[in-house]
Amino acid sequence: MSLVELTQIRKSFGPVEVLKGVSLKVEKGEIVAIIGRSGSGKSTLLRCINGLEQVQAGRILVAGIDVTARNADLNALRERAGMVFQSYNLFPHLDVERNVTLALKLVKKLDREAAGKVARDVVTRVGLAEKLHAYPDELSGGQQQRVAIARSLAMQPALMLFDEITSALDPELVGEVLRVLEGVAKEGMTMMLVTHEMNFAKNVADRVIFMHEGRIHEDGPAREILQTPRTAELGSFLSAVLH
Amino acid sequence: MNYNFRFEILLRYQAEILQGVLLTLQLSVLTMVFGLIIGLGVAIAAGSPSKWLSVPARFYVETIRNTPLLVQLFIVFFGLPSLGLRLSADLAAVIALSINMGAYGAEILRAGFESVRRSQIEAGRSLGLTAAQTFRHVVLFQATKAIYPALASQFVLIMLATCVVSSIGVTELFHQAAFIDSRTYRSFEAYTLITLSYLILTLAFRALFSFIYWAVFVRRPAR
Amino acid sequence: MIREFAGADVVYLLLAARWTVALAIMAMLGGGLLGLVIAALRIVPFKPANWLAILYINLIQGTPLLGQLFIFFFGLPLIGIQVDAWTAAAISLSIYAAAFFGEIWRGALQSVSIRQWEAGASLGLTYGQRLFYVVLPQALRVAVAPTVGFLVQLIKNTSLTALIGFVELTRAGQIISGATFAPLRVYLVVAVVYFVICFSLSQMSRRLERKLHVAR
Repeated sequence: MSLVELTQIRKSFGPVEVLKGVSLKVEKGEIVAIIGRSGSGKSTLLRCINGLEQVQAGRILVAGIDVTARNADLNALRERAGMVFQSYNLFPHLDVERNVTLALKLVKKLDREAAGKVARDVVTRVGLAEKLHAYPDELSGGQQQRVAIARSLAMQPALMLFDEITSALDPELVGEVLRVLEGVAKEGMTMMLVTHEMNFAKNVADRVIFMHEGRIHEDGPAREILQTPRTAELGSFLSAVLH
Repeated sequence: MNYNFRFEILLRYQAEILQGVLLTLQLSVLTMVFGLIIGLGVAIAAGSPSKWLSVPARFYVETIRNTPLLVQLFIVFFGLPSLGLRLSADLAAVIALSINMGAYGAEILRAGFESVRRSQIEAGRSLGLTAAQTFRHVVLFQATKAIYPALASQFVLIMLATCVVSSIGVTELFHQAAFIDSRTYRSFEAYTLITLSYLILTLAFRALFSFIYWAVFVRRPAR
Repeated sequence: MIREFAGADVVYLLLAARWTVALAIMAMLGGGLLGLVIAALRIVPFKPANWLAILYINLIQGTPLLGQLFIFFFGLPLIGIQVDAWTAAAISLSIYAAAFFGEIWRGALQSVSIRQWEAGASLGLTYGQRLFYVVLPQALRVAVAPTVGFLVQLIKNTSLTALIGFVELTRAGQIISGATFAPLRVYLVVAVVYFVICFSLSQMSRRLERKLHVAR
């Protein structure tokens, strides 16, 4: 069984149908970049997988948990699927360490010491060991985003979802975040990323999905898709973002 | 003008003034506590999708905010007995003040919870925290920080407003001015002294509240 | 001589409400003029003037209005000014309103970004031209809604003058309540009259805020 299985999901906001029947399978260890114009439904797709949005039709299975079931155990799902947001969403009243340990203590029921050890470990992995006791407003955007990645990593999820995590950053800070992502990818994490960084998608992702008007328009190996688009829509999208 | 100001004779009434201060503070604290409890219920009702809850809640808030506290107090103390509900002056004062504070408390609380961005809740939920855990560990602190300044100034406003209950005979601080006046016939001195006592209380509480804000929300424990 | 609470009493209350409105208008005018002075003292680049304004605002906002009313009521005669309740009330409420108007208008002036002053200066406008053509028009939009909102406070606070014996709406209610022994009905009618006045102003303030906000 695949780690993520979407079957014909449909999602509307009021009268606007954002996802018009999306089916998709993601295997363990795969790195999938989702690209497309704004409004194509790519962020919504990610949010549905994490149960932040409810779908009107279709079925979503993540690590064997039926997200779309009426009585879905969303907390169990979210323990297994971490999510990183465009706007970092660190908790402003907690320092870096406690941002990371909060869910470890409350959800994973680790004691203070064990949680602290995990926090030091993941924060070191994103290169911010010396910022363990800094507060979010004392960090740059890039550093905050790296902490957000560490916070999600600490939960040892089976799958990580990244929603345009470099879009809010100043250009000179994008690189440090992408390097952390590459590191996570090398460790074998299953990742789904909504991104505008085409070079990153080409070099790090195994597979690229191009969303267009609420549907998956193209889906295939990253280099092949990006170098030789099969459809006119992807072609015009790529020429628009690359210039 | 040949009036001799005689503030010194008021010093004899220290005990009465102190007693008045204590009652004023008791009234203010009770009003704050009950008012916030009412306000929480009203804020939840006003935001509810059910019209049966939201319409009465908004009606309450608008009615209280657009009529004077003194008239509300008179309705409770002089008006309710004609419905067979006779209250002592102290109890009527606490009830009227709390009902009044409830309307302002509802607005303050609503603004506070709205100030915590939806993305913070999503971040908590996406880490696997339950709704209750997200509220307790993510929303509550941030909302408290957001509403604290409004609550602190509301406390001072209430403390100053409590003096209207002297008009129904509650022996709080302002009432002591009338008492001292009746004993000494020194009206101007008595009312000036009592009014300035409120200023001391105001400044003291503002300083205390600023310190608490700094200690709880600004200061970051060195570790 | 107990009598029924009748239609004539409602008319009496409505007539008394004129004094509530008159007092509020007096305080608005007097407080408005003095408030302009306070706002100006608060923002001029001269520290002692700023301190004076801050002292004034703290003194008024840090003490109960009821206390201020009594001080003027008993105090003015001591310095040789014979006052009736109306005069004491009008002076006291004006002084009270000035502190709030001063703060509202200072906030409005300071809400206009320093860059607007700089932009005006870069076009070669004089200080006065920058103030009247660039900053004040923007500050006025910000100030209108909270100013009208404060009028609601002012109307409600005129009720306190009943306690120094000025016959406005609340005092009239006390008088009729004493004559008819129908306090609940009397004070409910009094509350309705206040509500009609204050709610209209509140709604106006909200409409202005929306309108001026959208127009920006």
